[in-house]
Parts: sequence; C-alpha cells; structure tokens
Amino acid sequence: MRTLTELSPASAKARADQQGRNKGDGPLARETSDIARQGAPGTTRAHESAVKHVTGRAAYIDDLQAPADALHVALGLSPVAHGRLTRLDLEKVKSAPGVVDVITIVDVPGHTDIGPVFPGDPIFADDEISYVGQCLFAVAAESHQAARRAVTLASVEIDERPASLDPVAAAEREEFVRPTHVQQSGDWQAALSGAAHVIESEQFVGGQEHFYLEGQACLVQPTEDEGVIVHTSNQHPSETQKLVAEVLDIPFHAVTVEMRRMGGGFGGKETQASPWACIAAIIARRTGRTTRVRLPRAEDMRATGKRHPFHNRYQLGFDAQGVLQGGDITVIGDCGYSPDLSEAIVDRAMFHADNAYSLGSARVTGHRAKTHTASNTAFRGFGGPQGMMIIEAAMDDIARRLGQDPLTIRKRNLYRAGRDVTHYGQPVEQLGLLHDLIAQLEQSSDYWARREAVVAHNARNPIIKKGLALTPVKFGISFTAKHLNQAGALLHVYTDGSVMINHGGTEMGQGLHTKVCQVVARELGLDLEQVRISATRTDKVPNTSPTAASSGADLNGQAARDACLTLKARLFDFAAEHFGADRGGLDREGMRLEAGALIAGSGEAERRIPWGELVQAAYLSRISLSEKGFYSTPLIHYDRETAKGRPFYYYAFGAAVAEVSVDTLSGEYLVDRVDILHDVGDSLNPAIDIGQVEGGFIQGMGWLTSEELKWNDAGRLVSDGPATYKIPAFGDLPPVFNVELMQGHPNSQASIYRSKAVGEPPFMLGMAVWSALRDALSSLVDYREAPRLDTPATPERVLMAAEALRQRTLASQEAHHAPA
Amino acid sequence: MIDFYLNGKRQRCNDVPADTSILELLRTRLGQTGTKEGCASGDCGACTVAIGEPGDDGALRYAAANGCITPAHQLDGCHLVTVEGLARGDALHPAQAAMVECHGSQCGFCTPGIVMSLFTLHEEQRRTPTPLSQQRLEEVLGGNLCRCTGYRPIRDAALSMNDYPDTHPLWADDPDLASNVAQLRSAKASATRGGHYVAPRDLAALRKLKAERPEARLVAGATDLWLETTQQLKALDDLIDVRQVAELNAIEETPQGWWIGAAVTYSRLEPLFETHFPAFAHLLHRFASKQIRNRGTLGGNVANASPIGDSPPVLLALDARVSLDGPDGERELPLSDFFLDYKQTALGANEFIRAIFMPRPDEAQNLKVWKLSKRREDDISAVLGAFAWRLDDGVMRDVRLAFGGMAAIPKRAAAAEAILEGQAPDDTTFADARAALAQDFQPMSDVRGSAEYRQVAASNLLERLRLMIDADRHATPQQEVTLHAYAH
Repeated sequence: MRTLTELSPASAKARADQQGRNKGDGPLARETSDIARQGAPGTTRAHESAVKHVTGRAAYIDDLQAPADALHVALGLSPVAHGRLTRLDLEKVKSAPGVVDVITIVDVPGHTDIGPVFPGDPIFADDEISYVGQCLFAVAAESHQAARRAVTLASVEIDERPASLDPVAAAEREEFVRPTHVQQSGDWQAALSGAAHVIESEQFVGGQEHFYLEGQACLVQPTEDEGVIVHTSNQHPSETQKLVAEVLDIPFHAVTVEMRRMGGGFGGKETQASPWACIAAIIARRTGRTTRVRLPRAEDMRATGKRHPFHNRYQLGFDAQGVLQGGDITVIGDCGYSPDLSEAIVDRAMFHADNAYSLGSARVTGHRAKTHTASNTAFRGFGGPQGMMIIEAAMDDIARRLGQDPLTIRKRNLYRAGRDVTHYGQPVEQLGLLHDLIAQLEQSSDYWARREAVVAHNARNPIIKKGLALTPVKFGISFTAKHLNQAGALLHVYTDGSVMINHGGTEMGQGLHTKVCQVVARELGLDLEQVRISATRTDKVPNTSPTAASSGADLNGQAARDACLTLKARLFDFAAEHFGADRGGLDREGMRLEAGALIAGSGEAERRIPWGELVQAAYLSRISLSEKGFYSTPLIHYDRETAKGRPFYYYAFGAAVAEVSVDTLSGEYLVDRVDILHDVGDSLNPAIDIGQVEGGFIQGMGWLTSEELKWNDAGRLVSDGPATYKIPAFGDLPPVFNVELMQGHPNSQASIYRSKAVGEPPFMLGMAVWSALRDALSSLVDYREAPRLDTPATPERVLMAAEALRQRTLASQEAHHAPA
Repeated sequence: MIDFYLNGKRQRCNDVPADTSILELLRTRLGQTGTKEGCASGDCGACTVAIGEPGDDGALRYAAANGCITPAHQLDGCHLVTVEGLARGDALHPAQAAMVECHGSQCGFCTPGIVMSLFTLHEEQRRTPTPLSQQRLEEVLGGNLCRCTGYRPIRDAALSMNDYPDTHPLWADDPDLASNVAQLRSAKASATRGGHYVAPRDLAALRKLKAERPEARLVAGATDLWLETTQQLKALDDLIDVRQVAELNAIEETPQGWWIGAAVTYSRLEPLFETHFPAFAHLLHRFASKQIRNRGTLGGNVANASPIGDSPPVLLALDARVSLDGPDGERELPLSDFFLDYKQTALGANEFIRAIFMPRPDEAQNLKVWKLSKRREDDISAVLGAFAWRLDDGVMRDVRLAFGGMAAIPKRAAAAEAILEGQAPDDTTFADARAALAQDFQPMSDVRGSAEYRQVAASNLLERLRLMIDADRHATPQQEVTLHAYAH
C-alpha cells in the first residue's frame, strides 16, 4: 500500500498537492488514518447493501409490493425462427380465466420499433418473424400463472421459411446488420510476403448467456398524468425512459424510471431490459393498473440476446524470433436478427485483436452477420474477449511452430518502445506497467519451475496431461460511442448533515454505489454512513449513459466529485465570511473538510467547525446545500473514415497464469491453480476490486469451458436453462487461487483518484485456462503443434481434439514405419 | 390445510392448490420475498430454504431444499426456516455475518439461498463438528449458483463462520418448538382448492388410495415431477405423496443385501453407500445437488426411467431388483427387465415401486462408476458408465457394463460384456469389447453431447477400466489414470 507523506496544510506545496488531488492528478492518499476511518476511496468497505443481501431485505423488482389489483404479464413468443406471421388468433387467450388484456403490435400507440441505436427491433412481430423467442403478443392477467397458461391457448400460424443460422454463410452472402468496417496500419501485404514464417488459421469462439440470477423484470405504475413510473432491473434507465415515452407517444418528462439494484446485469440489461418495460407501460396505460413483467428463465434465455459468437480468421507473418511482422485478420460477429449494439461490439473486437501485442502492419476487418437468432448484445468485454482470442491463439501457434515456450513468444510480442502504436493509431501508454506486471507474475507464479514440472509430469503420464499458460490482458477503457462518455450527479446535503448522492450509474452488484459514496465521503470529510444513495432515477439525473463499458465509477465518481467540489467551494466561501468575523478570521486558502469538520489554518491557528454546525449555519444564511455535478471524458476521438484515433482514455492491464490437468481419455479436466495480477491503478476499494477480478475471471473461464449455447437445426435454443447451460459452480473455483492487485502504478491519466475501471478487463483473464488446455493437449504431440480448440472447450471438444492428435500421431508413425 | 411453523411461528394455510410450491406460498401468499426465484427448476439454488423435521432424538434436523420445486403441502408438520428467520434482531447469524465480512455478496440475488445452505452446514457443525474439507463444502454449496463472485469469498465465509459469535435465531430459544412441530404431524388428507393432495402413512392406505384414484400422480421428492408445473404449466391437481409411507421409507437389511424403500432419499442412503458401495457414494457427491439429494429418492429416479438418470446404470451393474406393488399384489423383477423403452417401464396400471433390492457385494466384486458431464457438480450425464466384475484366476467373471446416455433407456452393453466374460483383461480382449460397443449402442446427439463423442467416450471408459485393472494386477505404483477429483 502506498501512503502519503503527512501534509503540512500551511505549506504551499501541500496546498498544491491538495488541489492536484482534487483535480485527480496529484499524488494520492491511498490510506491515511483519518481517511481509513471515513471509508474513503482506497479502503476496503463492504457493499452498501451487504447486510440487506444476507437478511433477504434487499428488494428486487419482483419483491416490490404492488396493489392487490396489479396485473401480471406473460409473453407469446414465436416458436419459429423465420417466416411470415399469417394468422394470430387470440380469442381463446382473451377469454381464458383471469385475463384482463391482450395486446399485439396494433395496440401500440406510438413507435413500434424500439431499436436502441439503429432501427430494427419491433416491439412485437408484425409480419416478419426473425427468431425463435420473438415477441408476438402479451397477455395481462390477475396472476402470473393465469397469464402464462392463457398464452398457451393462442393459435399462431406462420409461413415458415428456411432459417439462416450460419454467420459465415451469411457473411459470404453479405447479409449484414451493419456495414463492414476495416482498420489498417502499414503495408500488411508486404509484411506477410516478407515474413520468415506465416501461420494461417481460423477459430470459432462461442457466445455466452448472461445468466443474471434475477431474470428480466419490471413493474410499471400509471401516473395521474398521461405517464408512467417504471421500476426496472436495468443498466440504462434513460434509454428505457426514451423508449417507453416513444412507444406511448408521450413526452419524456411523463416517464420516470427508477432502478435500485439489479440481481446481476453483465450487459444483458443494457438494451434488452427495455422491451418488457415498454410492453408493461402500454398495458398499465390501457388498464390504469400497476403492471408487472418477469420472464421465466427459459423464456428469458430464448427471447434475449447473448454474447456474440464469433468466427475469426487470421493470417500472420512473423520473424525467426516469433515477432509479428503483420497480417490480415477477419472477424465475423454473429449478431442475430437486428443491429442492437453490434456495430460497437464488432468494433471492440477489432480494437482488441491485438490484445497486448503489436501486430506490426495489419489489416483488421469486421463483419456483422445477420442470422435468425435473438439479437446478440452487450456482455462484459463487449466483443473485446472474442477479438483477443485471435491473437492469443496465434501466440500459441507461433510458439509451437518455432519450438519455443508460449510465454517467451508472448513477451517478445508485447507492446514496447518503438512498437507502441495500435493498428488504429492509439499509442499504448504505461508500457512499463505492462512489462513489470508480467515480470512480477512470471516470478510470483513460479512459471518456469512449474513449466519444468509440467513437462516432466507429462513425460511420465500418457493419459493425464498437465498444461500451463500465462496470458495478458490490455483492455481499452471508454465507450467507443464518444457521446456516452459523460455523467451527471446530484448532491443534496440535508440540515442534519446527512448527505444524499444520486448519479446516473446503476448498481448491479459491482459496488458502484459503494465507491461513489466513498468518493463523496472523502470529498466532504464524512463517515461513509453519512452518505447514502437512494436509487438511480431519471427525474434526479437526466440523460444518462448506460452503466457499461466498465465506466460506472470512472464517470459517475467524477461527476459526484464535481458536485462535491462546487459545493465545497461554496461552503468555504461562506465559512470564511460567516465564521471569519466573530472567530478572528478563517484562512480560506487552506480550508478543508476532514474528519467530520471544516478545518482552517494549522497549528495554533487551526480552527474546526463541525460539519453539522457548518451545514446549519449555511442553511440559516440561505446558502444552497444542493449541487449538481457533471463529467465528460477528455482526449478521446475516433474517425471511422480513416479508422484512426484515440478511442480509449486509457488501458487497463492484467495477466493470469493457469495450470490445468486434462484426462485425455475422457476429455475431463481440472483447473489446479490460478495466479492473477491485475492493474486497477490506485484502487478505490480493494475488496470490491478483488471481487470484480475474481468474479470476472471465473465468468471468463466459464465462457471458454463449460458454458455451451446450442441451437437445434430449426434455430431453437436448446440450452435454455441451468439444467443444460452450465455456468461455473462452487467446485470450479480453483483450489489454489492467488489474486493480487498491481501496486505502485497509478493511472497515468487523471481518472478518479488515479484508479482504473475494473468491471470488464478481468473477464479476459479466463483465456489463460483455455490456453493451458491447449498446452496440455499439445504435449500429446510433443509440443510440435497447437491443436485447434474452439470454444467453449467442453470435455467433448477437449476429448475430440485429443483423439484427433492421437490419430494423427498414429498415422504419422505408420507412415514412418511403412516400407519404402 | 397446511399446518406448519415458519421461522418459529405457527402458520395455517387453507385452500392451497396441490401444485403450489414452497416458493410460491412464501412469495405470493405469505409476502415473504427474501427467498428468490432464479430458475424454477431446482438448478440454481436461489430459492434454498431449510426444512426442519424431527430426527430420531426428537430434535429438529434442518435440510436444504429448493423452494421452487418442493410442494408446499410437504411443509405440513415441519419447521420452515427462511432467510428472514436467521438474524436475531439486528444481530446477524454467523452464516450471514461471515458472508458480509468476506464480501460474499455482490448483486445479492443468490445470497439468500447461499446463506440458507450455509445455515444448514452451521447447524450440522454444531451437532457434529467435522473438518470442512473442499469436498464437504462442494457437497453443501454445489447447488447454489453465483454469477458474480466466483465463489472464493463464499468459500471464505463457509470456512470462517464458526469463528463468529454463535448468535441463535429468536425461535431457537423456544424449548417446545420441536415437540410442537412433531405434534402437527398427523395423517390427514388435504382437500385443496380444485384438487387433492393426500399423504398416506402406510402401504395399505397407499394401495387403497391408488385404487380409488387411478388418475392421481405419485409424488415423493417432486424434483422432476414439479417441472411439469413450473416449466410446462401443467396442472398437478391430484397428488398422492408417498414420502411418509412407512414401508416405503424403510431400509431393510438381509444377509443377501438391502431392500431400499422407494421413498428413501439419497441423503439417507449416503452412509450405507459409503460403507458398502463407495463408488456409488462417490457418484452421489456429483448427483444433482444437496438440495435435490435431500428430497429426491432412489425409487423416483428408477420410476422416472430417464435414459440419463444417474442411479439406474449403477443399479444395473449391481444386478439390482425391483419390487412392484399394486392392486394385484406384489411382484419382483430384475431391474434390467424394468426399463422397456424411452420412459416406458414394466409398471402396470396403478402399480408403484415399493422397494429396490441391492445385492450385498462379495469381497471380490469390483465396481467403478464414471460420469461424464460438462460441469463436475450438479450436472446431468452425457455418458455414465457403471462397471462391475470380479477377477477369478486372472479372468473376468460376472461382468456387467451398464451405461446411461447411450440409448433410449439405461442399458447394459450385452455384446461387450460377452466378449469380456471369462477372459483375461488384456489389450486385445478390451479392444474387441470396445469395438462391440458399436453393436450395443447407437447414441443420439443432443444438448449434452454429440453421438460421436458419446461413442468415443464410452469406448474410452472401457480403456480406462483396462488401465486400472492392469495397474491393480501388477501392483505397480498407480500411474495417473483419472483426475484426482474424479477418482474413487
């Protein structure tokens, strides 16, 4: 832990430091005794709702009390992937017991397209059916069960057409939801033709179901005006406000969206929480009754989009040392039936096709293939993970080709001085951090000794093979849609001194509210208990961005701090004048809020005014105790025409070492040990950050191992519940799991207290497990080749890869022994 | 009427439909929303509650259950403890306090279920302290999914909760609670709104009810049946609960083996299996989750006749028999004659399984059980192989190779068995046996695996068997043939 040398408030340097700290770019106090007591940033504090979580008092949407006459909605979903809706007879549905209202697209008063960024998402299917699970109609009834049973009485006729389910074929036919984008740096063709070695390969990277434990849910109350109040489990309240208003054809100010907490989001409630709110809002307005929707798990999994599956191809040239010279990379994102966020998601895959390595002269092409499945959407990493899989696969491929350890090849290819600009033109800063981090982990994980042990083990054991891998992460932080990089906050101080902070970010378990409260407590010199966040509400902070792109604390923490700084300045001015006269003058210059008091001067001249007294005095003197804050991220830009710019304010780094044991007869495997070192700059809350790193890693590991989405030939998702879709369980936690935050490297950019975003980057640490599985398999052929291992690398895929390697060995042995 | 105690307070609920789950009763009728619905299929554990029933000593024993697929009527005469019932005023229960201190919750939605699983562990630890091994924790927490934390802080909470002050819930102060609960347990039929839920106490009453109500469904653990209502929206309005039929709850030991009553739960079978069928006991640890094993029954798994049920292949390898009962009296048949076709069994109209006979293994009998699935815990088999044999003067005898996931029914590999029977376990014999599996099985592709994978994996399990026998025979220091977590 870094500590700050004690500030001498009288000195000019201290003032400058303090000012710098206020601006976010001075030396930082990770922990001083005062601040530690206050639960300020840099200290470990429990999640603000922890006690409510463990006692069952934390309320989620379906726990909210509603009037006895509240309606429950169930949805009629398409059983067919592609076709034309020729008949929709809902008479029996309407007359079913308990049914109050049934709506289809003709009952929508306003907009019928609720596409979040680009059009293409009808609230109900009109004519064209585009996927199994698409919403055809909605039923409102007196109970959840009555509504669900009524849905089954519908008579639906669809003129079924062949479904397009293969994104590669779709790309060949140029069936895209958005235009192809190409990034290019240098002469990639010359680099390829001039390279000593070339590898060419392809991979399939599977999608992922969010499996937030709380399914999609909302509760809508009609207001006395033409509007509604929407309670929703939702990462983007402002967008839901907009869409609900447009669907109802009413002004935005008639819709208030409130969001207290989600039972998990992970990206799945960024755009895809809105449709249910729109449907409930229509019914609430039609009936005048409170209306609730919650999707049963199987319907949730069929109706909503997932992480995009990707097909990646790469052709890369490298020199005798294994250093990349350049190449050509193509990614095809399987977007499902509509654009949703796929433009930005495939962009992010392209932005991360380099991961932590310089590609040299490269072309990166990204296609957005249209298929007849649910519209794939945001999911922790937002395409970045799928892009990184290319270059991590290539690192292993190169190592096998040259007979080198994969770590050696990875280190040779890291961004370094002279090779420090990405293929989209952004310089990679903090190269020292990247190299230090990998060197530290290499040592702390005892990589090379364990490599020897693994090789020795594998020489002794024909069946059980061990694998080891270190993979880095470099992840760009900022929304690539520039306008989203803004945030607002609203700060209220009440006359008892208690503080309420509202901001545009949403709490989904990541500890955002805890961190923002810590920021406010620190700025105002208060105990954390004196600061509270109620809920995220569109009538408190308007026009907010989604809580996504790992940006929650970066943006909203800064906005909250901005509000605090303005209010502080006002209180200091007031105090200097108000308390100055009768107390012999207060030094405005050195004023600060600390330990529950305003402190002015130092030593003998130090004066303390307790926070409560200050607030009371300000109120009686008619000084406003409320303030708004705002923040917009500096520096960032990206030009789609030239495919160049600085889309990211900064990069977050990390690395993981995984060791696995693989049973090559059955395909079963175990993750024996994982070591992680991750960069969060100067941590705002180490416990919460460690929680994000560990949880992200396990989720990333699940994506690449056990979590397999399967659709049948008719386009119906058959892995539609936890019985068939396997997220990691308790026993998948590695028995040895060493997780550390990188110390001593504050963010080089002026982020909130020099911290770094932590939501998404650790997800990609899971790649170490996949690479270790490949390493273990590679031992079957004496490390001469890296087997193709598509993901998720289920026991089935691992076994089939092992079988293929064994067959090839047998064949080559036979060929070798055959008479000439 | 359902007459039970909820967090120490008596509850009487009238007119509860037969197919109401505990979760539904809590959330919609009693306004207790701390218990969450994550999947309504018994797979995620967010709805975990603790059901207290009097043990042999009269004290209440608390077992975790999935509220979403446990019939509310099964609460009759029980003490239900939910997440709302653990704290003593503001003082948290050790399971709760440890979860807070260890940062064990992030989004918090799975947390009530995890706290309840930890509570049952804490209760057991108070009664009989045992070392908290990784395996022990996996048994307790394997049925609770968390999508946020990655489980490390939850493991820390489980390991540290005994260090916290042993704060009892208020209801634990009531010395009469156990006897009050016991007094509620009376045999009575419960007429429900628009249906019937009846829980007979003996075989005669069960036979009579089954004859009177031929359409009624039998329910024990409900761990599969209840999905018909939560997932397929079927009405289950006429149910006969066999959980309390004395004869179906007996484990009867004879010199030849054990008759296991059809309503005996997996959790109750654990000690017997640990002693006599360690390979089966090892499978149990990976068999669904603790919540399911506390409710699910061996009879239910057999009657269900799923091709991917975990116990039937093992029972086939053990040459188990079933005793059927019904209006025409009892009859007994080998289990291998019980499974006819996909979900078709030899059960006649109004017949039910009374008990399953597991022959006592002699010392020479070997049993290996290997389950292949995407996830080690709480998953359904892609392929399950159960192999029994003995070595007699260097040749294999009484070879029984049973598989799940390879055919429409749990089935023995007759052709492969015939090749191994009476032969030495050498390479060529096993190679022939592996090839013969192609005659025995033509598996299908589904969500859990492709036909090709199943065929290769089943064949490789026989190779694993050969390697193990080989290592045993030559008493060589055993080369690693399986992963330690899968070995037994």
